Amino acid sequence: MYSMMHLIRRYESRTSELFKSGKFPGWIHVCIGQEASVTGACFALRDDDYISPTHRGHGQCLAKGMSPAKAMAELYGKRTGSNLGRGGSMHLCDMEKGILCGIAILGAGLPFAAGVAMAEKLKGTDRVAMAFFGEGASNEGIVHETMNLASLWSLPIVFFLESNQYAELSHKSFHHKLDTLARRAEGYGMPGVTVDGNDVLEVYRVAGEAVKRAREGGGPTLIDSITCRLHGHYEGDPQVYRIPGDRDEWRKKDPIDRFGKRMLEEGILTDEESREIIAGIDRTIEDAVAYAEESPYPDPEEALELVYAGQGGRARSLEGGERRCGR
Amino acid sequence: MREIKFWRAFQEAVSEEMRSDPAVLYFGEDAGGKVGGPFALAKGLQDEFGTGRVYDTPDSEAAFVGLAVGLAASGFRPIVDISFMDFTLVAMDQIVNMAAKLVYMSGGQVKRIPLVIHTMAGAGRRAGAQHSQSLEAWFAQVPGLKIAAPSNPYDLKGIMKSAIRDDNPVIVMKHKAMLGMKGDVPEGDYTVPLGKASVKREGADVTIVAVSQMVNVALQAAGLLAGEGIEAEVVDPVTISPLDTETIVDSVRKTGRLVTLHESYKPCGIGAEIGAVVFEECFDFLQAPLVRVASSFNPFPYSPGMEDFTVPDVSRVVEAVRKVLKN
Repeated sequence: MYSMMHLIRRYESRTSELFKSGKFPGWIHVCIGQEASVTGACFALRDDDYISPTHRGHGQCLAKGMSPAKAMAELYGKRTGSNLGRGGSMHLCDMEKGILCGIAILGAGLPFAAGVAMAEKLKGTDRVAMAFFGEGASNEGIVHETMNLASLWSLPIVFFLESNQYAELSHKSFHHKLDTLARRAEGYGMPGVTVDGNDVLEVYRVAGEAVKRAREGGGPTLIDSITCRLHGHYEGDPQVYRIPGDRDEWRKKDPIDRFGKRMLEEGILTDEESREIIAGIDRTIEDAVAYAEESPYPDPEEALELVYAGQGGRARSLEGGERRCGR
Repeated sequence: MREIKFWRAFQEAVSEEMRSDPAVLYFGEDAGGKVGGPFALAKGLQDEFGTGRVYDTPDSEAAFVGLAVGLAASGFRPIVDISFMDFTLVAMDQIVNMAAKLVYMSGGQVKRIPLVIHTMAGAGRRAGAQHSQSLEAWFAQVPGLKIAAPSNPYDLKGIMKSAIRDDNPVIVMKHKAMLGMKGDVPEGDYTVPLGKASVKREGADVTIVAVSQMVNVALQAAGLLAGEGIEAEVVDPVTISPLDTETIVDSVRKTGRLVTLHESYKPCGIGAEIGAVVFEECFDFLQAPLVRVASSFNPFPYSPGMEDFTVPDVSRVVEAVRKVLKN
């Protein structure tokens, strides 16, 4: 989990730099500060479980096992990207890793994840889906409808809410009155748990309990993971809405530093080992960047393919072309 | 051939497909139990197929459409009843942003979304502004979606079967006025293809392209016009998207005159699209400007006189044909 948190931090820092230097189009939403939240959550899942990522989904996808190279190539819009260059940062997808397509309409991925979970239940497997969303999305009607339905039908799903303090361009206090959104779970007849989202072991423990419950037929759980995004809503966001000094406060609770310090203190990790881990991750990310840089763009006419199911053509034949930078 | 009612043709299509394919599931408000939905279309379905395949949903159109999208991505073939077409708007995000786009934006990793949404459209039942709309043109703007509007029991059964077997999301709109309509329907299996128009009456003088229940109005008008020696050809697109422009263009090349007819509105309606296609494809064959017949541009009113004033009827179609023949 320590390596993964570093990997996500490095991927996102590099992404931020590359975006600023004009390397890729569109908008980028990074999750720096939320590494413990996504890592603890995804490590509580099996490889054959599912996640439903959000528009801020790079960390969620990496933590569930997506290849950094495939993810980076997708950000570049290259044909070797996870989605053949047609999804982009907000829609990363890797079905082989149980990563359902990233959904960039707030809350809209929740019923989809619930449907995938229901399909597994009907097939008689014990696979579980975990749906990510934020406190901004938590006020969308679809979130409430889905929680009601999933609880009513005891679907094997975990609702993982990353409360990262800001909903788009305003503080969460402008969006809801409750101190913890986990209390909303009661309204749907399911457990709601609040967790320190910057403590990776706590997130792992709480997510593990929710996953176990879902897997054993006990139905959904709502987890409110309290964390903070240290960058803007999107890269380039001037963040004029930020509460003064809050980043300094949250940096003191940095999830990676906290976990590293604890492992050093407990003698589980040495400084040298930590440096080696970080150096290895730097190489992985630079390999991913190089791979993305070297990869070709899709032919423009590929835009016409896959509009309807089975319209394969060239795009489909390129599926899964990249393997060398796997997890 | 035996004659059965429109609603019965619907039930046959669904129950035959559910018998032959265990992946077909059915969802709808009040679909289970003794009621079978607001129009009793699913009556008896749960008795035959059980609660594991026929689901009585909470009143959450967006959530159960989204759930069905997840099931469709996972190997099932859900049929969803949205009782009134007006309510599809509640689920619009799930239909347009999810169902229609997942195959494309995932780069084909989501391989298919075999989802059928069937819904009751149309005015004339004094149902007021929120239970009377025909929204086919809204959906025709969405790549990845198909939309069909069968105008008789034979087409309904055959189109429902094609829609259930199709790997894409298909919306099947049924008109309230047709519920009790009788027609020849074969017993057992047959399909009516999606994307293929049918000529419901042949004629050499004018082409009337009509949608849904308006096909039946056009046929009545054609009967009256025949008494005056005017032979109208009535073309029923059956599927609105993808639109079979070839059959329409062939007909106009023959007659040189075009009237479009639908219950939805003129601006950006299907009639406008058909007119534009005809201008692009066979302008030189036109002997007169086209005439579009549609509902007047106001919400559907409750009071009978006002509603009848709003919706096209036989006399307005006859008038339109006379107008297009004057030039």
